[in-house]
Amino acid sequence: MATAAEQWVLVEMVQALYEAPAYHLILEGILILWIIRLLFSKTYKLQERSDLTLKEKEELIEEWQPEPLVPPVSKDHPALNYNVVSGPPSHNIVVNGKKCVNFASFNFLGLLDNARVKAAALASLKKYGVGTCGPRGFYGTFDVHLDLEDRLAKFMKTEEAIIYSYGFATIASAIPAYSKRGDIVFVDRAACFAIQKGLQASRSDIKWFRHNDVADLERLLREQEAEDLKNPRKARVTRRFIVVEGLYMNTGTVCPLPELVKLKYKYKARIFLEESLSFGVLGEHGRGVTEHFGISIDDIDLISANMENSLASVGGFCCGRSFVIDHQRLSGQGYCFSASLPPLLAAAAIEALNIMEENPGIFLVLKEKCERIHKALQGISGLKVVGEPLSPAFHLQLTDSTGSREEDVKLLQEIVNHCMNRGIALTQARYLEKEEKCLPPPSIRVVVTVEQTDEELERAARTLKEAARAVLL
Amino acid sequence: MRPEPGGCCCRRPLRANGCVANGEVRNGYVRSSAAAAAAAAGQIHHVTQNGGLYKRPFNEAFEETPMLVAVLTYVGYGVLTLFGYLRDFLRHWRIEKCHHATERKEQQDFVSLYQDFENFYTRNLYMRIRDNWNRPICSVPGARVDIMERQSHDYNWSFKYTGNIIKGVINMGSYNYLGFARNTGSCQEAAAKVLEEYGVGVCSTRQEIGNLDKHEELEKLVASFLGVEAAMAYGMGFATNSMNIPALVGKGCLILSDELNHASLVLGARLSGATIRIFKHNNMQSLEKLLKDAIVYGQPRTRRPWKKILILVEGIYSMEGSIVRLPEVIALKKKYKAYLYLDEAHSIGALGPTGRGVVDYFGLDPQDVDVMMGTFTKSFGASGGYIGGKKELIDYLRTHSHSAVYATSLSPPVVEQIVTSMKCIMGQDGTTLGKECIQQLAENTRYFRRRLKEMGFIIYGNEDSPVVPLMLYMPAKIGAFGREMLKRNIGVVVVGFPATPIIESRARFCLSAAHTKEILDTALKEIDEVGDLLQLKYSRHRLVPLLDRPFDETTYEETED
Repeated sequence: MATAAEQWVLVEMVQALYEAPAYHLILEGILILWIIRLLFSKTYKLQERSDLTLKEKEELIEEWQPEPLVPPVSKDHPALNYNVVSGPPSHNIVVNGKKCVNFASFNFLGLLDNARVKAAALASLKKYGVGTCGPRGFYGTFDVHLDLEDRLAKFMKTEEAIIYSYGFATIASAIPAYSKRGDIVFVDRAACFAIQKGLQASRSDIKWFRHNDVADLERLLREQEAEDLKNPRKARVTRRFIVVEGLYMNTGTVCPLPELVKLKYKYKARIFLEESLSFGVLGEHGRGVTEHFGISIDDIDLISANMENSLASVGGFCCGRSFVIDHQRLSGQGYCFSASLPPLLAAAAIEALNIMEENPGIFLVLKEKCERIHKALQGISGLKVVGEPLSPAFHLQLTDSTGSREEDVKLLQEIVNHCMNRGIALTQARYLEKEEKCLPPPSIRVVVTVEQTDEELERAARTLKEAARAVLL
Repeated sequence: MRPEPGGCCCRRPLRANGCVANGEVRNGYVRSSAAAAAAAAGQIHHVTQNGGLYKRPFNEAFEETPMLVAVLTYVGYGVLTLFGYLRDFLRHWRIEKCHHATERKEQQDFVSLYQDFENFYTRNLYMRIRDNWNRPICSVPGARVDIMERQSHDYNWSFKYTGNIIKGVINMGSYNYLGFARNTGSCQEAAAKVLEEYGVGVCSTRQEIGNLDKHEELEKLVASFLGVEAAMAYGMGFATNSMNIPALVGKGCLILSDELNHASLVLGARLSGATIRIFKHNNMQSLEKLLKDAIVYGQPRTRRPWKKILILVEGIYSMEGSIVRLPEVIALKKKYKAYLYLDEAHSIGALGPTGRGVVDYFGLDPQDVDVMMGTFTKSFGASGGYIGGKKELIDYLRTHSHSAVYATSLSPPVVEQIVTSMKCIMGQDGTTLGKECIQQLAENTRYFRRRLKEMGFIIYGNEDSPVVPLMLYMPAKIGAFGREMLKRNIGVVVVGFPATPIIESRARFCLSAAHTKEILDTALKEIDEVGDLLQLKYSRHRLVPLLDRPFDETTYEETED
């Protein structure tokens, strides 16, 4: 019985073989070959597994020699020996024992030495003491902070403002509060170091466009648009930001804001504007680059500035619509995790704002002085002026570089020293050369303030000319 | 719930890249490496592994969360989340009024600025108890403080100031450890004088033309205070970490960071570009394993040895109240040739017989710590931060610190406040005021901690730490505790997720030398009452104080119920 049945099955199988279509047979043949291959081929490389023995590990640990914590710094490193300022760093400044007129501090409106500002700060000191002993969340919010935020918002004509206790931390905290991993940020190549650090902390994709080159930015935006069409699902959650400075610290130029705003709406990217230099400088009332171009401040998503230049205090602020700004109260790292601004510094900033509001003419005076020295400095042999005539901080670069940055720095330092010996305090713009994204060429930074008289401006220009002649020729 | 992730408080920052992290660390995690077994048994442990390294008893307790409490806490969050969804639903269909600010009309078609879940928590949990944070004050943040009364008519979405001032609230929240937050006295007078002479701003960076004689004076003083060769001061404590760590380490270097390190250390580590690995909080076995593996196996993929290894720890952890096991860390660092970065934000001034921080507390040599970092915000009642160490280190930072090149230097009156208060602590002002403050703080700390434990609260941390976390656990109790205490004229800090693990919400008291016995007793009495009211006395250990021992050696025997 059994054999008969088996035979029957066998016959059936053979029959099935005949009836099956050819492709089926070929496929099965390949599969069988594949199985054979799998069975006989080596599935893994035989490696000699060698766990280190305890002794070997100890030897490795014994052998390992770390690099020193920091590399040695040579004694004559140009940045090692700081200038020492004795007394206040105001209009008349004593640098390394020499009396000078200050052309180096960002005290544009001369408020550092202002009696009213000092009086306000003093009154605050007598009421609150110095420190706040806590972050904003934990009893570190003082009524003065609320006042200052209110005043800044009103001054800038925005819904809300938020203050930070350190200028650098302001934009560096604001950017990562919004822009996250996967988001795209379009940034001007000349952006300052604080912006660079903010971008790094955000871990977003960074696209650099050429300095003040709207066409280049549009090219990048268009490229991104094309990219987005390929992957619309991703594009729907990818935020886009354009980060620019109002007045560039590194170049002394104004950003082309009207064109940027057009691009913003065309490509739906939000604009973050860093106004540390332009706040309290540009515009009829000192509101910065938006006022300068007559652009509605609502078109800018976030404005950040520090209070360490025009306001001559310490700290920074961001302003914009509440929808945007309020988010930083829980997500701005430098806001949440840091002690709040000492009340006396906030009080000084409020008083400085008062003075700005009371004397809107001050901005015109500053502009005239900038234009005057700008003109006077044209045509110095060996030095070129970099920056726009309305910028109170601009650069003097060598027209002909020696080819080595080190040599250039040395030459410029000689010019600075020459001026310093003749009563004009100047400084080179300092950078961390290895860390900067696009390192600007070495330069002397000239800062104009309203306190400088016409005579002093002329004298500075004259001294610089002499110095250039003495050093470079 | 959501604390204002304020201050140096949120010790639960985002985990950095490539961390060997430990997701479920909290449950039964061995806080005291010494007594792993004891911890597992859920006991409070008195420590003394490596007893030889410690010159004084090192008592740190982290009582385990009772199971029932943990379950109820999760249920609490569950209910809150359900209601959150419900209310979002109602808001979506305009049944409930929407209070939060919305996007401009012109930009409705932009990609949304926020992720949805990011705001769910804020909207539905944090908003309910938002009144416990950002309370504005209008006086010196001393032992007692005046708080501006505020009201909300729309469930905390907006606040209105009534114009009333709640006077004389006992301040248990400010980091005023030595009581230098004052508007009278020598510090204020000196600061006022400098203010009149210098003004408040500097308007330049240290490397350009913002290096005042005052700054140099301060740095010399800080160096001599710390007992190191040189020091450098910076304008912001947070930035001291985030802007200097990148100058010290970079690609090819390894950072070993305590899991509860402050956000500023995490940010600095991340900006540096070094590889970051996380060890369990204050757990020396975990640290040693990471050190050993790092040296033996080198960098992943490239197999090169690490260029250098930097250990990041803090003196006092501001959310746990624990003190770093510095003697063991130093022993490990020496054994494995790593470098040590010690953040003394909370411990400088507040610990040690002479107020020199955690190094002084353990009687160690400051030379053994490579980078001594700290802030002036807390014990010195000012603002800013410092780094101290060998001269080569400081020289390097003077040339390469981000802060020195790009950030405005410290305001002169603030510098003067630091100088005067530091001299006072050092006794250079010719008084013993500083010494008394240090002693007072130590006594206050022991007394306050002991009394709270006796009342049956679960208190975290080291018995010498002036940061005293009291466990609340449940989300509803966060708001209730903060409000009840304010009703009784005591200002406390309450924190929850994400500053703490989700079930470990807590209140935190910061003791001060300015607190008198009477103030502390008042506070304790009220805490006791509120503790009964809210049923916060979770501790299952009965502590029996041994009163016959001298004060500074008091230890407690505990017995299980």
